[in-house]
Order: sequence, then structure tokens, then C-alpha cells
Amino acid sequence: MRYLCWRMVHGLLVLVGVSVLSFVFAALAPGDFLSEMKLDPRISPATVAALRDRYGLDLPLPLKYAQWLRSVRRGELGFSFAYNSPVATLLWPRARNTLLLTVTATTLAWLIAVPLGAWSASHPGRWGDRLCAGVTTALLVVPELVLGLGLLLVAVRTGYFPVGGMMSARFADLGPWGKLKDLALHLFLPASALILLNLPILVRHVRASLIEVLAAPFIQAARARGVPHRRLLFRDALRAAANPLISLVGLSIAALLSGSLVVEALMSWPGIGPLLLGAIAARDLHVLVGTVLCSTLFLLVGNLLADALLYLADPRLRVDQA
Amino acid sequence: MSLPGSNVGNLRNVRTSLSLLGLLYASVLLAGLLAPYDPTEQNRDMPFAPPSRLHFAEPRGTFRLRPFVYRVVSKPGSFGEYAEERGTTYPMRFLVRGAPYRIAGILSCTRHLFGFDEPAKVFLFGSDEYGRDVFSRLLYGGQISLVAGLLAASLALGLGTILGGLAGFYGGWADEICMRVAELFLALPWLYLLLAVRATLPLHIDPVQAFLFLVVVIGMVGWARPARLIRGIVLSGKLREHVLAARAFGASDSYLLRRHVLPQAAGVVFAQLAVLIPQYILAEVTLSFFGLGVGEPVPSWGNMLAAAQRYDVLTSYWWMFLPGIALSPVFLLYYTLANALHQQTARLTS
Repeated sequence: MRYLCWRMVHGLLVLVGVSVLSFVFAALAPGDFLSEMKLDPRISPATVAALRDRYGLDLPLPLKYAQWLRSVRRGELGFSFAYNSPVATLLWPRARNTLLLTVTATTLAWLIAVPLGAWSASHPGRWGDRLCAGVTTALLVVPELVLGLGLLLVAVRTGYFPVGGMMSARFADLGPWGKLKDLALHLFLPASALILLNLPILVRHVRASLIEVLAAPFIQAARARGVPHRRLLFRDALRAAANPLISLVGLSIAALLSGSLVVEALMSWPGIGPLLLGAIAARDLHVLVGTVLCSTLFLLVGNLLADALLYLADPRLRVDQA
Repeated sequence: MSLPGSNVGNLRNVRTSLSLLGLLYASVLLAGLLAPYDPTEQNRDMPFAPPSRLHFAEPRGTFRLRPFVYRVVSKPGSFGEYAEERGTTYPMRFLVRGAPYRIAGILSCTRHLFGFDEPAKVFLFGSDEYGRDVFSRLLYGGQISLVAGLLAASLALGLGTILGGLAGFYGGWADEICMRVAELFLALPWLYLLLAVRATLPLHIDPVQAFLFLVVVIGMVGWARPARLIRGIVLSGKLREHVLAARAFGASDSYLLRRHVLPQAAGVVFAQLAVLIPQYILAEVTLSFFGLGVGEPVPSWGNMLAAAQRYDVLTSYWWMFLPGIALSPVFLLYYTLANALHQQTARLTS
């Protein structure tokens, strides 16, 4: 428990560090959202100056940061010029969408990877295992950009799936069942891109750790005593192999988020990735800091969850703590 | 075929992938020589021309060893539909004079490996929306994308080796600070971090600046992971007996680091290099794809691929995907190399 508290405090410190870091980066950038306005002859210099003053654009960096911190305390996370609204109202629905996409994709990827890896591990060297290795290598060397574009092409050609967006225009008129179906259809393309992106790594790790466990003496003993293969594989071996796999959950989150950014932008999924790209283009400082912080938060929470899972799964850790 | 993972197989994998990669890098560095056209030369009357066909047999059936082409013109009243003019043949000529170029920015030259007489245009991999030769752009784009990855990875590893080496060797507060900062860098999803750093520069910068900037940024963002790896090796490596013996003989710190401690990390450094380069190539491609890296008219695989986002390009002109497809063999080579190097290091240290 004390460990968990320590982790939270540490996470908070990291978040503060990241916010300072991204503030400094953003402050180094020449120009801001209003500098384009200065070039517009229809807006008088006085108006621009008033706006600059109002939003504190000419304050020195520490004061700017303090201003931002105050707005964080109010739960606004700063102000977006491009959208003319507090960042928080902008960020949360986007964050929820990214979460929906990544969590769905990760869950499905694991659900596919575990049986596939287990099957591959219990038939090492057979044609199926080789096929699996070949396919995972092939997927591993296809970059997410190409994968995303390829899936888009398939969608456009077949017309089975909506291209881009998260819901249809008539979403509000649909019944609850129709809404779910519509969302699932829109989710299909970006989620399958992310699954295909993650699958090779997961399958390889599942296979490698299971092969190691299957060679262990206790499995041999159980096999000699006539425990059926399937039960051995999924009940005993998988449990023993769970440790490194759970660590992998934590480790793969960073890659997942980066991959998700690209996929979201490609398929116009309204997550935080496109928001960040837009914020860079518009010099929208607070949105930029907000999205970077949000992604860091996802990563930290994900790592924390993975650690908690590890704690639950591995009795040795619990004994050490006590 | 030797056993997978065996020493011989490993070394052969290292050799094969290294030589193929060498060939690849040589061909993009000699892009000017191999490419028939300048990458920015536009043919506004030939947008999205399909890949040209090289012919060997004339209509009458005579076979020619020297390939030739017909002139391709767009069908009147249509967009993006082309037909061959079967009248005159244009044979392939070697070492022809053409658009001037520089090799590696120094050697100025006008000879191209192959070319065809005007007015025939040859687009081996088709042309893009401005009628620029995709084949030439692919070669020149490789100069940006492949080399940026290589330089950025070297920079990241250099920084990582120095910082991780010093941190591990001296320990104490320097080590503490170094590792805390590394943790901060690792706590950020890498693409988000990269984009945040990219935001420090104006949106439109000239290509040379953009290239250097990308290399520096990617390198600076990536130092944390190698630094941690190297620190671990140095931490255990500095207590090895030959190092202690050298220290007892009065060797200085810098000598110990250079001669005895860091060389222990060499295997890991090379394996890391092979892991990082493809990642960083992809980073450059991704940034340029989103218009935040090297910009038009200078080609990079990323900004070339960006055209494929357009609906009509996506569905009708498959050759516009080539810069993306070209990444896969490059990644495969690096991947093989990294695997083999990794196993080799594991074998040597175990």
C-alpha cells in the first residue's frame, strides 16, 4: 500500500515535470496564436494588444506557467484560442475517444495473441508455427502509416466500413442498439490497425515465455502424470508465464499511444492525436500542453495498473512487501 | 542452411543484411547518378502518369536487347488517362547528359546512368500530381529519410553512451539527476514528445534546416533508453577484475572508461543502433507525413506518402504508395541485423 502511494506521488511529480518541460518547449517556439492576427489589416493593432494583454501572452515564462497552474486548479487546464473554450471541455471527450480506441484494441489484441501464441508454443517448428512467425515478421516490418493507408484503401474499395469519423451523421436518431452498431462499425478500421500493429509483438512474447515455461520440470512432471495438454497449457503454463506478459502490458502502452496518434490522425478518429497535430499547426499552447499531459497520464495510469495486476498475480511480490 | 540462431547463421545474417543495407545507402547517396530526372522537375501535362513500360519487342516482332519506350501522351479530353504513341521508338541510352546534380553535396556532375531522348519521358514508378518522376523522388527522398534515421540514431546513442557511461562510472548525484531526467523522457509517449519538441520551431522551415532539426530533435529525444542500458553495463563492468587491476596500476578515470569499461558496451551499442535506426527513419517519415518535417518541394518518403491521403490518389494511383512500401524491406534488413547482433552479444557475454 505504501508502495502504491509512493508510486502516485512519483507519478504526480512526473506530470509536473512534463508540464514544465512542454511549457518550456512551447515557449521556445517563435510566434503564438495571435501573431498571425497582427498581419491581418482588418484587425487594429489596439485590439491585438488588448487581446495579448487579456490572455497574458507577453508575460515572462514563470508567470505564464503560474497563470496556467491557476487555471488547472479551476479545472480548466488553460484556454484554447483556436476553439475559444477552456481546454478541459475540449480534452475530455477526446481523451475518452482515445481511451475507447486503445482499450478496445489492446483487449482484442491480447484475446487473439494469447491463444495464437499458446498454440504456436505448443507446436514449435511445425508448419503452423512457422507460418505464424512469418506473418508476425511481415506485420512487424509494415509501418503504421502504410498499414493505416492500406486499411483505408480496403475500406474505400469494399465500402463495408465507414471511412473516418466516429459516428454517422444520423447517430442521434438511432436507437441504443443502432448506436452501438454504428460505433462498432466506425471503430472497426482504427481498432484493427492498432491490433495488427500490436499483435506481432504480443504473439512473440506469449510464445517465447510459454516455450520457456513448457520446458520447466514441473510441467514435465504434470505431463508425465497425465494432465491433459490443453489444461496444462492454459491453466498451469499460462499462469506461470503470466509475469513477464503482465510487465509487457505496461511496457507496450507507450508504443500503443504513439501508434494510436498516427492511426487517429489517418482515420480522423476524434482522439487526442489529431487535437495535438491541430494545436501545433495553430500554435495553441495550452491545448498542446494539455494533450501531452493527457498522454503522459494515460501512460502513468497504465503502468500503475500493470503493476497492480502484477502484484495481484504474483504472490511472491506480496510476501516481499509484507 | 545452418541451424537457426547458430553462430555461423548469425554471422551470415549480419553480413548479408549489412551488405544489402550498404547497397541501399550507396544507391540513395548516388541518387543523382541513378535517377534519370531532377526530383523537382515538373511535367504539368503528365500528372499521375502510370509507370512506363520498357519494351524489348517491336510491333513487327523484332527483338531488341536494348530496351526502348514509346512516348506517352495523355488522351485528349481526359484526366490521368494515357496512351502510348506507337510511331517512333526511343531506345534507352546510358550515361547520358541531363539535369545537373551533386553527389554528397560536393561532386558536381551531369551524367545520368540511363536516360531517353526527348520528348519521351520515362517514369519507372509513375509520376505524381505535378508530373514529377516518382522513381527519382524515391531515390532522393531516401537521402533524407534513410540518412536522417542513421544520423539521429548515432546522435542518440552517442549522447546515451556519454551520459550513461559517466552516470554509471561516477555514480552519486550526477547519476541520480541523469536517471531522473531519463525517467521523465521515458514517461512520455515518444511520438507525443517528439511532436511537442517539434512545436518549438516555426511551421514552415527550409528543407536543409528541417533535416538538421529533425536529426537533432529525434536524437535528443531518444537518448534516455540507450543511456539506461549503457549505465547498467558500466555499473557492472567497472567492477570487473581487469578494470580493478588497471585502476590499481594507476590508470586514470578517462583511460579506464575509454579503454576498459565502454568497450564492454560495444556489442549492446551496435545492437541498439540497429534497433533505433528504423524507429527513427519512421519518426522522420511520420513527421514529414503530417507536414511537420521536411517540406515540399524536396522529397522525403514521408511527404511523398502524404499525397496518398487524398481520396482519388488512394483509390486510383497505387504507385503513390511506393515510398511507404519501400520502408518494409529496409525495416526487415535492420530487424534481421538487430536480431543477429543481439544473439551474438548474448552468446559472447553468456
